[in-house]
Amino acid sequence: MQKVIITVVGKDCVGIMAKVCTYLAEKQINILDISQTIVSGYFNMMMVADRQLDRGHFEDTAKELEELGNSIGVVIRMQREEIFNMMHRI
Amino acid sequence: MINITEVAETNEMINKENLDVRTITMGISLYDCAGEDLSRVQDKILEKIVRKAGRLVEVGEHISKSYGIPVVNKRIAVTPISSIGSSCCKNEDDYVRLALTLEKAAQETGVNLIGGYGAVISKGMTDHEKIFLRSIPEALKVTKSVCSSVNVGSTRTGINMDAVRMMGEIIVDTANASYGTDSLGCAKLVVFCNAPDDNPFMAGAFHGVSEGEAVINVGISGPGVVKKALENLHGASFEVLCEAIKKTAFKITRVGQLVATEAAKRLDVPFGIVDLSLAPTPAVGDSVADILKEIGLEHPGAPGTTAALALLNDQVKKGGVMASSYVGGLSGAFIPVSEDKGMIEAVEAGALSLEKLEAMTCVCSVGLDMIAIPGDTPATTISGIIADEMAIGMINQKTTAVRLIPAIGKKVGDSLDFGGLFGYSPVMPVNTFSCSDFIGREGRIPAPIHSFKN
Repeated sequence: MQKVIITVVGKDCVGIMAKVCTYLAEKQINILDISQTIVSGYFNMMMVADRQLDRGHFEDTAKELEELGNSIGVVIRMQREEIFNMMHRI
Repeated sequence: MINITEVAETNEMINKENLDVRTITMGISLYDCAGEDLSRVQDKILEKIVRKAGRLVEVGEHISKSYGIPVVNKRIAVTPISSIGSSCCKNEDDYVRLALTLEKAAQETGVNLIGGYGAVISKGMTDHEKIFLRSIPEALKVTKSVCSSVNVGSTRTGINMDAVRMMGEIIVDTANASYGTDSLGCAKLVVFCNAPDDNPFMAGAFHGVSEGEAVINVGISGPGVVKKALENLHGASFEVLCEAIKKTAFKITRVGQLVATEAAKRLDVPFGIVDLSLAPTPAVGDSVADILKEIGLEHPGAPGTTAALALLNDQVKKGGVMASSYVGGLSGAFIPVSEDKGMIEAVEAGALSLEKLEAMTCVCSVGLDMIAIPGDTPATTISGIIADEMAIGMINQKTTAVRLIPAIGKKVGDSLDFGGLFGYSPVMPVNTFSCSDFIGREGRIPAPIHSFKN
């Protein structure tokens, strides 16, 4: 398993989740957990996903997600999970 | 499992509070490159550095993208060049050729700075080390990326005052040699007492004699994160304040530990240490001075500054040590003037003097750092300032350093602009009373007593 954290932050609009999830499905990236909040019209979402079956390079997938975000008008980042575990778990 | 608040907190630190890994520095031993034929030594040095560090920049960038954390600098530190060149360098020009080789290695590997053009002369100097010291001004003039450090004292050996006297002259010569670039050469030259062998930060990084073939050391940073953590604690007790700094330092250091172990794994080089430092940059929101203001000072330099800095430095260490398996280097809060916007403002406001900075160096890493002084300051006065700072390090068993920049042709009220990470600095006044008879004495100050501590 290669766990990544995908975050989507930006102004809320129709179809954000649909577009992100469609892309992930195309890449064979499996979603393990989703949390989402909307504060004052701002969309804030975090996904834990497994990209073990994604045949592309990490950086290519991260870049494509970033570009997808640009087209929707939100910021999408993909980061390896370890940085969060290191910082928040002893 | 990690939750959305934790993810948001980490990303906020990175995106809004300038959390970054300041440097991944690869230390490389050059002992096996030494020899009698200068050209052959140059070839061996270049070949070894490129072989060991050829992928350093690429790996640093991959790690940065994988974790979403900026890795600002990728750098190299080598064995002190004065030793490597001792057989093959017959004069100053020969040593300068080795500096040019380091420059070429920096270009080929793509690193922005390479340290180790230095000497460890805390007790005495050999003839070749004297030749080496005289080569420093020219070496720093003709190279862009090469950094030089000279260790002139230690708690075990005392202070080599002959070296201190020479370094005063060399700093002036270096400033004159780089007159056209606002004395930038001096920003790449640091004088140490108790220099650590594994410091990843420039200009003082070198690969010490106690080190192995190659090693990865990481320097973290995050003054903006600490400042942010304290913003909501106005009026809180010292207990609450200290806990907040410790927790933040822990989190920042964990990122350094992750990056260090990952870089070591990918480069197949042993992980050395994480340097627990708060290293400022001239950028807004990346200032150690701003933390001191957040603790409760109007400006750094106000009464209480030394105590506030002692508190900050100690809590950063306490929070950081548990977060990393190996801690080393300089580890503490840096207080450079030109590289910290809040410090520059304090000088401009008249709150911060050279003497107060000296007091502050007693309780933090590292020393009198990136301070512009009038261009007509005598070499003996610079040596006197160095001697004072070395004495603080020697007696207190800590690393201290001096990186002064004589602003040639300028006086108090003018300023120097180095650009980039080195920042800019107003020229600070220096005590004009003479110490030339003191500096003129030959020999060394004996090592201090290790008992009867008061």
